[in-house]
Amino acid sequence: MTGQRFKQIAKDGVLINNPTFRLVLGTCPTLAISSSAFNSLGMGLAVTFILICSNAIISSLRKVIPNEVRIPAFILIIATFVTIVRMFLYKYIPDLYSSLGVFLPLIVVNCIILGRAESFASKNPVLESACDGLFTGIGFTLAITLMGVFREVLGAGTLFGVKLWDFSIGYFSNTAGAFLVYGLFIAGFNALYEKFEQARKTRNYVEIMQAKSMAGASEAATSESKEV
Amino acid sequence: MTNAMIIIIAAAFINNAILVQCYGICPFLGLSKKMGNAFGMGVAVTVVMAITCLVTFPIYNYVLIPLGIEYLEIIVFIFIIAALVQMIEKVIKKFMPPLYRAMGIYLPLITTNCAVLGVAETVMDVPSITADLGINTFNVGGAVLYGVFLGIGFTIAICILAGLREKVDKLQMSKHLKGFPITMATASFMAMAFYVFALVI
Repeated sequence: MTGQRFKQIAKDGVLINNPTFRLVLGTCPTLAISSSAFNSLGMGLAVTFILICSNAIISSLRKVIPNEVRIPAFILIIATFVTIVRMFLYKYIPDLYSSLGVFLPLIVVNCIILGRAESFASKNPVLESACDGLFTGIGFTLAITLMGVFREVLGAGTLFGVKLWDFSIGYFSNTAGAFLVYGLFIAGFNALYEKFEQARKTRNYVEIMQAKSMAGASEAATSESKEV
Repeated sequence: MTNAMIIIIAAAFINNAILVQCYGICPFLGLSKKMGNAFGMGVAVTVVMAITCLVTFPIYNYVLIPLGIEYLEIIVFIFIIAALVQMIEKVIKKFMPPLYRAMGIYLPLITTNCAVLGVAETVMDVPSITADLGINTFNVGGAVLYGVFLGIGFTIAICILAGLREKVDKLQMSKHLKGFPITMATASFMAMAFYVFALVI
């Protein structure tokens, strides 16, 4: 895998195809879990781990799995890793286990993981797929943690469980607030993304024009010198 | 009888699948552009949920627990749901072709709908669900009832959103707010309305 490909996968996973804000996948855990920043971070890391492992395994088996039964095969692989993560959390981080509750087994049907398996891991080599899993997971973790921080600060007046002030708006910690905050984050992310894209295009255009005019100037200079 | 009423009200309104528990947001956002599609998806989900509850509740409580292999529940449940969806699709295709033409495209999507796996995970755990609902017994009948009415709650929510979106999508607004963001904001107001059910009881 070349450095350029690595860079492209990283940019794709975290920004251009950010699973939460650009593709709007895996919405159920994002809405339900993001009422606290710690739970969001835990959910993000669990999904990242499962994405890396399932992408790597699916990619290494991509020539063995027949096309007709690929979806059940992918789901079986994902379910195995979800079970592993669930047992790990039960043993070592019981607080997180109980606060994620039913959304921990529901990672199996998280569209991000099946989506990456279907659209990337089943077509690309192992190392690239693992990297894709890592960066898509980072994109998801950043997005859900950002929402978690926002909702926890406004809804409970705490940040990662540390009390900030006595002021709190209960609306933000229940589902109604989750919908609104998620919608506004999508709108904001898309607006920023478009602005950067516009700036990049303008910069590219200016660079091309400058290069052209310089080339034109040098050509003119050479032709002038020839004439002389 | 009171238990049945409690289960019905709790499943359809107080624990509404979409607006309170955040299950099945993907079809809620994706299939709510037209009322017809929304209703079709709602009915399909309700049928699958009822059969899922009927099958997974006995399997978890009478097979997995006595054998001491509860940790396999995720793998077992997801396979049961995938197989059920395939089976329902085949049955409908064979015996009810018009219904298949109307509903067929939604059926494969239901396998990865969190609402179905979510309801299986909720009803299987008898001690926590009896504590949650405040009732003393919970059996297969209760599980199926819970599944059916969670599905009906899902249908109600997705149909209300489809009705609202037919108006909201015609409004003039910033291009960044169009699509998902404004739908989410609409859903937020619906969720506030459903939140009141939890305060009433």
